[in-house]
Amino acid sequence: MAVFSGTDLRCVRGERPVFDGVSFRLNSGAVLELRGANGTGKSSLLRMMTGLLPSAGGTLSWNDEPIAADADAHRTRINYIGHLDGVKGMLSVAENLRFWMSLRAGAEADEERYHMALATFGIEALADTPARYLSAGQRRRVALARLVACPASLWLLDEPATALDTAAAAALDHTMGSHLGAGGMVVMSTHEPARHPTPRVDLNDYARRARGAVRTAAGMTA
Amino acid sequence: MNSFSALIARDLRLACRQASDSLTVLAFFILVTVLFPLAVGPEPGILARIGAGVVWVAALLAAMLSMDRMFQSDYDDGTLELLVAAPIPLEIVVLAKASAHWLTTGVPLIAAAPLMGVLLNLEPEGYGALLLALALGTPSLSLIGAVGAALILGSRRGGALLSLLILPLFVPVLIFGVAAVEASLTDVSARPQLLILAALALAALALTPWPAAAALRQAVE
Repeated sequence: MAVFSGTDLRCVRGERPVFDGVSFRLNSGAVLELRGANGTGKSSLLRMMTGLLPSAGGTLSWNDEPIAADADAHRTRINYIGHLDGVKGMLSVAENLRFWMSLRAGAEADEERYHMALATFGIEALADTPARYLSAGQRRRVALARLVACPASLWLLDEPATALDTAAAAALDHTMGSHLGAGGMVVMSTHEPARHPTPRVDLNDYARRARGAVRTAAGMTA
Repeated sequence: MNSFSALIARDLRLACRQASDSLTVLAFFILVTVLFPLAVGPEPGILARIGAGVVWVAALLAAMLSMDRMFQSDYDDGTLELLVAAPIPLEIVVLAKASAHWLTTGVPLIAAAPLMGVLLNLEPEGYGALLLALALGTPSLSLIGAVGAALILGSRRGGALLSLLILPLFVPVLIFGVAAVEASLTDVSARPQLLILAALALAALALTPWPAAAALRQAVE
């Protein structure tokens, strides 16, 4: 049973405070939804969890050990899907997927996993197609196929359903379901109306708090 | 090691599919060299005198030409942030990218250099030293270039900025590269110069991955 948690996280982008005081606690088999208006820091929080963005304050922990203490170990547990698909247009779908598998110890030559990844998102027929001929939704499917192809316990998904059709969105839901069933964790930012009651962080509140703090600080110096 | 070779294999495959990139570098190298006999006149003595220097300067400029793209396409399509978040040391990624850059630009330049020697009337004794010096010097160019290429990510007019950042750092390689050829032409052993070039390459191998990786982390923040 693993626990991924954050306490008092603070984000500052270009001297502008984005959010302040974000705390959460996520257990194995659970989803954490990040919600909030545009610009409230959903992507920033996800990138912080990925280790791409250093936090301006607060700690992220895995089993109550700060992840900054062992960043290498943290990178082996995460799978990040950002706004950019990271799909190389000059390579075929199969080459793209196999490249990402080759960077994960234990996944390099897992044929079964590779075929399952293609089948899950319905892209078997596109395996030999150069990715530059794919539509936005198809590229997204290739990016999401990485989730199945490269096993990791914590999925960090930044609006994963962008450009997906209903079939692919259902496949994503199903994949997330089996990941959670196997004891995985998911943190995802989304704008879609919630269908199930899930734990969530509403960044609107924290963003307001961060801006309020600035206003008070300015008032005090004046 | 596995991910290292996978990264090189991917970059080589990309380079083969976009062969025009490597060919542009090679064509630029040949064109710049050909300009010299036209500019200074076809006097064989003068050409033989400046030959080694011309080949080296042309090779430096040609290598620069492809350097700004070393990380640019990975940065643009999101691959770079995934590589930063991937469970492999970013320094290994830098080494793999620099190796792939050397294989796709350094090696073709070395292969074309003897032809340029003929064109510039280089004495037969100079060829061995020229090839060895290029083989030892061009890896340093790719490694030092990786730092510059990582630093300019996300900036406008990065290519021009890269030249300003990196060309001064190429000066030691240029000096000892040319000196090696000159030495062999005057019947002195080129060994010291070649050893210094090898030392520069080893120093670059040991020192450049860290600043380049730090610059990449900064770029994806």
